[in-house]
Amino acid sequence: MDGALLLNLVIFLPLLGAIPVLLLRDGKGVRVGTLVVTAVTFGLSLVLWLMFSVERGAEVQFSPHAFPLISTAFDIRYAVGVDGMSLLLLVLTTFLGPVVVISSWTNVKSHVKAYHVLLLVLQTGMAGVFCAFDVLLFYVFFELTLIPMYFLIGIWGGERRIYAAIKFVLYTMVGSLLMLVAILYLGHLAGNAVNGGVFTSDYFKLIEYGVPPSLQSWLFVLFALAFAIKVPIFPFHTWLPDAHVEAPTGGSVILAGILLKMGTYGLVRFCLPFFPHAAQDYAVLFAILAVVGIIYGALVSRAQTDAKKLVAFSSVSHLGFVVLGIFAFTLESLQGAMIQMINHGLSTGALFLIVGMLYERRHTRKMSDYGGIARTVPRLTFFMVLTVLASAGLPGLNGFVGEFLILVGAFASDIPGMPILVIFATTGVILAAVYLLWMLSRMFFGPITTEANRSMKDLNRRELAVLVPMAALMILLGVLPRPFLAISEPAVDRLLETIQAKTESAPMTDCGVPVCVDEAWPPEIGWEVGFVLTSDSE
Amino acid sequence: MSINLSVLLIVLMPLLGVALNGLIPLFWKSARRSEGRIGAIGTAVVAIPFVAAVGLFLGGFEEPHVVRLYTWMAAGEFSASVAYRVDHLSLIMALVVTGVGSLIHLYSIGYMRGDRSYWKFFAYMNLFIFMMLNLVLADNLLLMFLGWEGVGLCSYLLIGFWYEEERNSAAATKAFIVNRVGDFAFLLAMFLLVRELGSLDFGTILAADASISQGTIAAVVFLLFIGATGKSAQIPLFVWLPDAMAGPTPVSALIHAATMVTSGLYLLARMSVLVLQAPMVMAIIAIVGAATALVAATIAIAQTDIKRVLAYSTISQLGFMFMAAGVGAFFVSIFHLMTHAFFKACLFLGAGSVIHGMHQVEHDLKESDGHLDPQDMRTMGGLKAFMPRTRWTYLAATLAIAGIPLTAGFFSKDEILFKAFEMGYDGATYAWLVWIVGLFTALLTAFYMMRSYMLTFEGTPRWPRAGEVTPHESPHTMTIPLVVLAVCSIVGGFIGLPKAAEALGLKNWIHEYLAGHNGHGGAVADPTLHAHVPLATELILILVGSAIAISGVWYAWRYFRRFELAGDELLRARFGRLYHWWSGAYFVDKAYQRTIVGPLMGMAEKALAPFDQHVVDGLANDLAGVMRRLGAAVRRVHSGLIQHYVLGIVLGAAIIVALLITG
Repeated sequence: MDGALLLNLVIFLPLLGAIPVLLLRDGKGVRVGTLVVTAVTFGLSLVLWLMFSVERGAEVQFSPHAFPLISTAFDIRYAVGVDGMSLLLLVLTTFLGPVVVISSWTNVKSHVKAYHVLLLVLQTGMAGVFCAFDVLLFYVFFELTLIPMYFLIGIWGGERRIYAAIKFVLYTMVGSLLMLVAILYLGHLAGNAVNGGVFTSDYFKLIEYGVPPSLQSWLFVLFALAFAIKVPIFPFHTWLPDAHVEAPTGGSVILAGILLKMGTYGLVRFCLPFFPHAAQDYAVLFAILAVVGIIYGALVSRAQTDAKKLVAFSSVSHLGFVVLGIFAFTLESLQGAMIQMINHGLSTGALFLIVGMLYERRHTRKMSDYGGIARTVPRLTFFMVLTVLASAGLPGLNGFVGEFLILVGAFASDIPGMPILVIFATTGVILAAVYLLWMLSRMFFGPITTEANRSMKDLNRRELAVLVPMAALMILLGVLPRPFLAISEPAVDRLLETIQAKTESAPMTDCGVPVCVDEAWPPEIGWEVGFVLTSDSE
Repeated sequence: MSINLSVLLIVLMPLLGVALNGLIPLFWKSARRSEGRIGAIGTAVVAIPFVAAVGLFLGGFEEPHVVRLYTWMAAGEFSASVAYRVDHLSLIMALVVTGVGSLIHLYSIGYMRGDRSYWKFFAYMNLFIFMMLNLVLADNLLLMFLGWEGVGLCSYLLIGFWYEEERNSAAATKAFIVNRVGDFAFLLAMFLLVRELGSLDFGTILAADASISQGTIAAVVFLLFIGATGKSAQIPLFVWLPDAMAGPTPVSALIHAATMVTSGLYLLARMSVLVLQAPMVMAIIAIVGAATALVAATIAIAQTDIKRVLAYSTISQLGFMFMAAGVGAFFVSIFHLMTHAFFKACLFLGAGSVIHGMHQVEHDLKESDGHLDPQDMRTMGGLKAFMPRTRWTYLAATLAIAGIPLTAGFFSKDEILFKAFEMGYDGATYAWLVWIVGLFTALLTAFYMMRSYMLTFEGTPRWPRAGEVTPHESPHTMTIPLVVLAVCSIVGGFIGLPKAAEALGLKNWIHEYLAGHNGHGGAVADPTLHAHVPLATELILILVGSAIAISGVWYAWRYFRRFELAGDELLRARFGRLYHWWSGAYFVDKAYQRTIVGPLMGMAEKALAPFDQHVVDGLANDLAGVMRRLGAAVRRVHSGLIQHYVLGIVLGAAIIVALLITG
């Protein structure tokens, strides 16, 4: 099969599939139809993965013809493709599609059709984000995800859903509008410089252009702010707990699993290569915010009484690791960040699924309403414990791989102060155990205090069908992470080379370790010369 | 059978047990019923690796033999494999883990009979053995860390095994978190090593003496030692171990006596080449070990729960092992680790057998007789008449841990004291201190262990209606392991004869085996000493050590035979305030709660969470409020519907684009 066609299908099949789903009458049909569409999309993305050449992972593959989107007067094109950094996120997106549909099977009861159509639209938006190699196209997909999510929270959410939905949209939009301004300005500049005066938003042309260091700073800030809100990086995180708590389970899974990754992905994909100087200037600041987020998110998690809110705050902590890895600029730390995005999508996604399953049974998210349910729901407990351990970074499960690579890479980074920041970040490993095990012991262990918990039903087949693959992936990524790491390594390597090349004119002291391995800075020639002279004189 | 195959068998069999006893029964309820099959599988998957390890031991091999399976993680220059390293050190450890482990599994068949989660118990125990084998056989620090955290996880699961009791679940969480504090330091040590060496393989680390600075080595060793204090329950991280007794007793025997707690010592022995290059840190290790040994021994004197006595004695004995590591006698720390595994497993399983019996008493008593705590020695006494096999084995292990001449504990403990003396003789001042504290602690050990024996088995029964209600001896699956372990506790010490025996032409086998011929080329390094203790002095030291052990045991025997339980009251009266500190374990728990845990959690709940809600979020909302007021003039445009906002955005963007293009 033609890779380009396949990629187009992976992106747009959900959107196309929304049309027949719209025509379906009964709820069951809508669910089955959506499931089929998302499952087929997932299958196609797996084929794409099989066809993907890991050796050429630094290159954009499967690109269809990049036709102009508005008119030939602008260099704004439908430029999509997949490289090593996008592939896994794309597959995670398509994987979570059917997962969300199955998990919503019984708990979404009203407006079933609208819910599923929005899910499908969301799928296309998210897939597009990870495949776009045109900044404006990226922006369109980025915004496209906003609207369905707004409705998912606003219609199927909890009591304060409207507040949460509007907050979500406003926060994100403030950031993304600023980014739009930056994109337009950047495209204009680059057009004049390298594209014969024609406005361009082509990813590679923008990199080739190389923003003058003097302009990088504020353009970087505009881009990074949009992504920082999306991630979210402390102190822009307060929309997240509200959105998560109010969102329906499916919405939370997508939010945690994919939407947040659009922020970290954006930082890696655009901020680093477009504005390498500024990114390094701001690296310490972002690393500090990341570490603050790790510790702060963990401590605030510990203080929650609502299980869903706890998981939401844990995301702030976990994504702090990803941001730290990105701004440490080493191959190890960036690779760790890439795999940690996937890990977080799986384990936090699973946590939301399980909390949702409990909510479906008992209609409460308060941890004190549970207690001792390990006895009544042993299977659910098994998956919960496994997920919690993955989330807490237990070696042998997925979370450890990302965290370890991020920390070990950041520790060797040349960004000033990094080792100290890593020491603080590593305390997050202790704190994660504190709040996660505390949740376990409050909800699952101890005596059964509420009568209603005695008759709770254990997982049914449908729920198992959701959790078993998630658990299997958590174990697989923990035991055998190398094939997954290998996918993004060439692309990340190329990225670091690009940054290195772009900043070479004004040599920076803070470059990635693998790049600098042979070039000690400052050079030690003086010493050697001195040594040679002395030995000569003897 | 090839070495590779044996190693695979050793590592993977327990994992098979986890699948058969854990995963299958989890999803198929019918698989939970047959206790016989579950117990048999659970024990076999540990016993088979033991047989394989014995095969390796007898067969001999060129050490180190590395079995590389696949690359686990790789990014850039860094990579770590799933690879196993078989040398004499790891093989000894594997033998202890699987040997003592299979006895404890065998014992559990009877002990856990009738428990509703019988299958789960064996699955956890098998998982524990799997993790422990990864820990000792790993060829790099990262895989070792997998086992390291893995045993932490299993202890969490097993301490909280009876999770309906809030207390047990709390103890489990505490154990995991305190262990994680140590793991934090372990992680930092790995970061440092990767930065300096680019690798975590033992081959690279142990060969890298010249390429990294002394300061870095000292930092790495210190951090690893902090990690070790977590797993091996030393000051300041020992607080989790006594609470860990909340788990079923075989768990205490397996995890908290024979295997998991020894991993810190194993780590130091594995890194011995590096440790020897950091003399300052060695002094810290030795002093911390000595302090822990002394502190824990004093606490043990004042405990009334039989398992708590054993728990503190474990901490104290681990302190002895750290003393050995601190004076560079790594092979001795492994030697004591091994003998300790025998007698401590025997003691714990013996205590389990006693508890088993007392449970029966508790069961037979009526409610009107009041509550009976089956672990409280105050309501025991005179059990020797009812549980002869348990009594004799417990006594044997007690004599061994006390260091009565020719028992296993005698040889290993005396060797530790001798090595400390030797180091002091060689010029290391701290070693003298360690030696004196060690001697004094040995006296205390003999006393408090004999006390536990006397209060439990001798004297008159103290439970209500002792004339009618009596406990029975435990079944054979429980007593056979006791007998095997007791025999090992008595004769196991002959593998490590003192140096003085060289005069008779006898060698110290364990030294040769671990450290290589004359201390060269083995898996474990020896320090270079310049002065040698004369034979006469050594003989005197042996006599002193024997005298101390015998007098401690003898005094306790006389004292508690005369006073029985009242002996405790006399001690309390004699030591007053000091005794209060002992029985309260120096209130370290309370101090941590007050200075660290409490304030941190209080800050999270009372400061950070409101801060997040009101300040961080509040500012953003205020900003929104200001915007809203500013926008009052154009209110009509603000319909509040998100569609309109979106439309606005699209229009706005279009206008900007148009401006840019025309401009």
